[in-house]
Amino acid sequence: MHHVAGTSQLPRGSEHDPNAALSIHDLTVAYDRRPVLWDVDLDIPAGCLAAIVGPNGAGKSTLIKACLDLLPRVSGDVRMFGAPWRSVRSRVAYVPQRETVDWDFPVSALDVVAMGTYAKLGWLRPVGRNQKRAAMEALDRVGLVEFARRQISQLSGGQQQRVFLARALVQHADLYLMDEPFASVDAATEQAIVETLQSLRASGATLVVVHHDLQTVAEYFEHVVLLNMRVVASGPMAETLTTANLRATYGGRLTLLEQAATALGRSGKGS
Amino acid sequence: MLAASLYDTLLLTDWNVRVVVLGTALLGVAGGVVGSFLVLRKRALLGDAVSHAMLPGVVGAFIAMQLLGYEGKSLAGLLTGAALAGWLASWSIPLLKRVTGLKEDAVMGVVLGGGFGLGIALLGVAQSLPEGNQAGLESFIYGRAASMLASDAIGIGVTAVVAVAACTLLAKEFRLLCFDEAFGRAIGRREGLLDLMLMLLAVTVTVVGLQAVGLILVIALLIIPAAAARFWTDDCVCMVALAGAIGATSCWLGTSISAAAPKLPAGSIVVLTLTGLFIISLAFGVRRGGLWRLVNARRLSVRTARQHLLRAAAEQAEVLGGAVWTLQDLHGARSWSHSGAQRSLRRGIRAGDVAVCGEGFRLTSQGAAAARRILRNHRLWELFLIRYADIAASHVDRGADLVEHVLDDAIVRELELAMERGDEAPPSPHPIGDVS
Repeated sequence: MHHVAGTSQLPRGSEHDPNAALSIHDLTVAYDRRPVLWDVDLDIPAGCLAAIVGPNGAGKSTLIKACLDLLPRVSGDVRMFGAPWRSVRSRVAYVPQRETVDWDFPVSALDVVAMGTYAKLGWLRPVGRNQKRAAMEALDRVGLVEFARRQISQLSGGQQQRVFLARALVQHADLYLMDEPFASVDAATEQAIVETLQSLRASGATLVVVHHDLQTVAEYFEHVVLLNMRVVASGPMAETLTTANLRATYGGRLTLLEQAATALGRSGKGS
Repeated sequence: MLAASLYDTLLLTDWNVRVVVLGTALLGVAGGVVGSFLVLRKRALLGDAVSHAMLPGVVGAFIAMQLLGYEGKSLAGLLTGAALAGWLASWSIPLLKRVTGLKEDAVMGVVLGGGFGLGIALLGVAQSLPEGNQAGLESFIYGRAASMLASDAIGIGVTAVVAVAACTLLAKEFRLLCFDEAFGRAIGRREGLLDLMLMLLAVTVTVVGLQAVGLILVIALLIIPAAAARFWTDDCVCMVALAGAIGATSCWLGTSISAAAPKLPAGSIVVLTLTGLFIISLAFGVRRGGLWRLVNARRLSVRTARQHLLRAAAEQAEVLGGAVWTLQDLHGARSWSHSGAQRSLRRGIRAGDVAVCGEGFRLTSQGAAAARRILRNHRLWELFLIRYADIAASHVDRGADLVEHVLDDAIVRELELAMERGDEAPPSPHPIGDVS
């Protein structure tokens, strides 16, 4: 494990901002007995577009899942808008990784997007005209109206990803947690997704997005969390995405560092 | 004689038979509907383990009732025993899976085998008891639809209707559970609770199905209708409804035939009818049936062969500098069999893409236009693959009539700019003949 320089700006203990959209206190998560997240301590300010970056196996998806109680925590506390997740559930939307579901399932794109209305709809009421209209509007926002009736396996990977995004849009949430929405999508889809994220951000929402591409992170996001089993650094993009922090996050993976350095326009300085 | 009684039962002229057939048909609907969600939840075999584990419940209940001095034949008592044992099994499987770390199929094998073995052993004990032979305990193994009383059938029918109603009310939640349980949990649906309800419904259908088709075959009532329905539709609701209809048809036919010919056990006829419907669906189902797959595969291979022919012809013309080429030239251009090349050529002449020209052949204006389009598409795809190597593979559809049908206009424009030659067939990025 590398010694981490320049992390003194990390929030500690009870010094959390009460206005943060997402604040995580001393979160530890383990698979079997092997911890994958150690004492994560983190604030995401309300109304910002934040990326979580880190190498493979750094626990990025685990962090999102643990926030939503999808994984058991060993210890720690997660608050969204100052309250536990259960009491603000309706203000939070989740976009899972595309690989987590069976795309052969007999549902149409519209059916999947309409699932975003279930929370408000309750258990026994069926999907009605209003829910379908809301789902069509969301499909329109991601440019998939003409694919509404398609069975989901007949969509391309990028379209499937946009269906998941539309399902989150239907929820009209204040906090969006997205797990790799840019994974294996084409350039046009990536652009469409970025625009959607930015319009959500402009309407006041907070977005926390697991991102794998260091080349685009500075361009798309304004806040960054560098994660490798523990938080290496977290804060506004310009002061947080430094070569030293990247080195601490990615360790000896120099190729990645070089990529990042190029992206940052700091061609190789200190790497 | 048989024909006459079959006629009587199919048209339900006898009151008792009418009630029994109606009861089992409703059971078929419930099996199809509940089973659809089990199949979609990928828990199809759980029903099998549960039904086999019900045998010790039934026999145990009989022995307990005998020892306590009650009437051992009480159907309600026996079914209560079955339900308890089934419920226990449906809980023990996820529990064992969690505790032991074994895979679900292995755990199900243990529960199925252990439960059924215990049941058979208890059956031996029960048969040594007074009344043990007359209790008809074996009928729970193979079913006894034809000799059922109207009152039993009414019980089956009512239970089935309740199960279908519950499933209909919860259909939306079950669909979410089966498709994306993580998202369900993130909007506050506890999958444990939903799974519990689904298992409760499955155990209910299995318990009432025991009398009709027996515990060995009841799994067929849950799985086969759903599996058959999937061939016909890509919509969850349609699939559930169709599975219910398939289940009802099979139970109606099976029970009627067995009522007319009492030597044929109802359970086996129900299951054979189901299997027949499954095979028909497998062959002719309009969404995933084998026939349509064959037709589509054939269409694709004809289309691909035409594209290969036109591409090879156009590239030959490019290399030779003239419009006329021979079968030999063509043969050298691609690694296709002689007969394959000849067949494609003949088909090309028939389709009006290729014309005979002296010793050789040339493309007609129609063929040349098609070839230009195909070449352009092909080369744009190649360039796309080169440029977007990391993400492209799943987006490439060489069979698409136009690249634009799959890719964004912006990307196509970018690729075309890279080709620097606009709408003309762009030059190949690799030497011609070096076929990918």
